[in-house]
Amino acid sequence: MLKDITLGQYFSGDSALHRLDPRTKIILVLIYVVTVFLAKNLFSLTFLLVTAIVLVALSGISAKIVLRSIKPVMILIIFTAVINIFLTTSTDAPLINWGVIKIYKQGIVNAVFMIVRILSLIIGSSVLLTYTTSPITLTDGIERLLKPLKKLHVPVHDFAMMMTIALRFIPTLLEETDKIISAQKARGAGFDSKGLVNKAKAFLPILIPLFVSAFRRADELAVAMECRCYRGDEGRTRMRVLKYSSKDAVAFAFSVLFILVVVLLNGISTALAI
Amino acid sequence: MSEFIKLENVTFDYSAEEQNGQHHEAIKNLSLSIEKGSFVAIIGHNGSGKSTLAKLFNGILVPTNGRVTVDGMDTSNEDLIFDVRRRVGMVFQNPDNQIVATTVEEDVAFAPENLGVEPSEIRHRVDQALESVKMSEYKEHSPSQLSGGQKQRVAIAGIIAMQPECIIFDESTAMLDPQGRKEVLETILKLKERGMTVILITHYMNEAVNADRVVVMNGGSIEMDGNPREVFSQVEKLREIELDVPQVTDLAYRLRRDGFELPEGLLFEEETIGALMKLFERGK
Ligand SMILES: Nc1ncnc2c1ncn2[C@@H]1O[C@H](COP(=O)(O)OP(=O)(O)O)[C@@H](O)[C@H]1O
Ligand SMILES: [Mg+2]
Repeated sequence: MLKDITLGQYFSGDSALHRLDPRTKIILVLIYVVTVFLAKNLFSLTFLLVTAIVLVALSGISAKIVLRSIKPVMILIIFTAVINIFLTTSTDAPLINWGVIKIYKQGIVNAVFMIVRILSLIIGSSVLLTYTTSPITLTDGIERLLKPLKKLHVPVHDFAMMMTIALRFIPTLLEETDKIISAQKARGAGFDSKGLVNKAKAFLPILIPLFVSAFRRADELAVAMECRCYRGDEGRTRMRVLKYSSKDAVAFAFSVLFILVVVLLNGISTALAI
Repeated sequence: MSEFIKLENVTFDYSAEEQNGQHHEAIKNLSLSIEKGSFVAIIGHNGSGKSTLAKLFNGILVPTNGRVTVDGMDTSNEDLIFDVRRRVGMVFQNPDNQIVATTVEEDVAFAPENLGVEPSEIRHRVDQALESVKMSEYKEHSPSQLSGGQKQRVAIAGIIAMQPECIIFDESTAMLDPQGRKEVLETILKLKERGMTVILITHYMNEAVNADRVVVMNGGSIEMDGNPREVFSQVEKLREIELDVPQVTDLAYRLRRDGFELPEGLLFEEETIGALMKLFERGK
C-alpha cells in the first residue's frame, strides 16, 4: 500500500540526539555541512567519517537502517568517483596510460575524498536531523529560527503552516490515491501500459479525481480553520515552547571542538607538506 | 432561559457578492432565536439551507440582509468576529478535512493557540478536552491512524478546547459507520448535559428526537418549529418535503391509520413498545 511509505524518515526514540532542541540540531547540521567542505586532507576527512559514526552511535539508530539510506545515492557516489578518476589531470606521470585514458594518483585521491565527503554528509545530516527529529518538531524549529526574517516581511509562519498541513495531508491523499486506483481498476483501467505518453495518459484518471478532491478538502479545511479562530500568527501562542537546555550547550561546545579539530588536522598536512 | 443566537429577517444570497445578476437566496427572510443551554435539531433535505444557516450562526457568512447576533454581538462587526467564533464552535461532516495538525494533541491545541492562551493553560485545556471525549490515550497518535468516529471526537475536542458556549454539528455523523455514529452521539448528549448549547444538523431522525426542539428547513425558510413530538406527529407534512420520520413514529402512524388506537407522536423505541403492549393487552 502507498500508505506504508514512511514520511520524513523519522525514527522515534529517546537518545541524546532525539532530546536536543530542533533549533540546535538545525544549526549543528549547518556547521557540519560547512566543515565537510572545509576538510581537505586524509586526516580531517577520516575524522569526519569517525564523527559521523559516533553520531550514529549516539542516535541509537541501527547501522543497518543508516546503510540502507545510503543505497539510493550509491549511483551518485560511484558516478562522482568515476568522473574524478578519469577527468583529473596533473603534472605527475600517470599511473595508467591507455592513450586517451590517463589515470593519475591525484584523481584516485580526489575520488576517495569525494566519496568520504558525500558519505559523511548523508550520514551526519540524516542522523542529526531527519532520523531523530519528527517532521512537526522540525517545522517548529525552522519557524522559530527564521523568526527574525518576519521583520523583513518574509511570511515565515505561513510557510511553516503550509508545511504542517502538507505533512498532515500526505497520508490522507496517499490513502485516497489507493482508493482511486482501485476504483479505476474496477472500471477496467490498466496502469501497466508501455511508453511514456501512454503511462502519462493512464495516470490522468487518477490525477484528475485526486486534484478535485484535494481542492474540496482545502476549501473545507480553510473554513474549519476559520471556525477555530485562525488568523495567521497574529497573537498566536504555542502549546509546546521550545527551550534550550544544558544538553544544547554541550552540543554547541562539541561542535566548536569539532571545527577546531578539523582545522588543526587540515594544518598537519601543510606541515608534512603532502 | 435567555436568547443566545438571534436571527432577525435574515436573507443570504451566495451570488450577491459576485454580482453576476442571477439571484438565488439560500436563506429567505428567516427569523429564529436559540436559547442558551438548549438542544436544537435542524433537519431538512439537501440544499434546504442548513449548512448556510450554520455558517451564519458563527459569522463564517454574514447576512446579505438582516441581522445575526450572538450573545448580543453583531456577526457583521469585524472587531467582534473572533469573540463570536470562540463562543460558537462548529464540527463538520468530513472528519479528515477539519484536523490541521499531525498529532491529536497538537490539533486540539490549535484553537487555544490561535486565541493566544498561555502555554500551560493550553496544556490543561487539551488534556481536559481529550478526557471529555475519551481520547486521552491517543493524544500522541497521528490522525491518519484513527477511525472515523475517533477522528470526529478529536475534532469535537478541538472545539471544546476553545471553551465555546455553543457547538454546531453540521451532519457530523453522516460519514461514520454505526459504531462511530453512536460514539459521537453519546459525546454530543454528554455535552448537552453539562450545559452546552447544542445545534445538531442531521439526516438521522433518531438523532433528532433527542433534542428539545426540532427546526425543519425547506427552501431556505423554516417550515416547522417545535418540540420533537409536535414536529414528528405531522408525518404527511414531513413526507411532502421529502423528509422521513423516526422508524417507530412511522410504525405507529401506519397502525393508527389502520384503526389501531395508539397515541400520536411516539418517538422512542421503549415508549412505542409500551404502547403496543397496552394495545395488545386490551385486545385480549
Ligand atoms: N458556496 C456556495 N456557492 C453558491 N451556492 C451555494 C454554496 N453553498 C451552497 N449553495 C447553495 O445554497 C443552497 C443551500 O445549500 P446548503 O446550505 O449547503 O444546504 P444543506 O446544507 O441543507 O444541504 C443550495 O441551493 C446550494 O446549492
Ligand atoms: Mg449541508
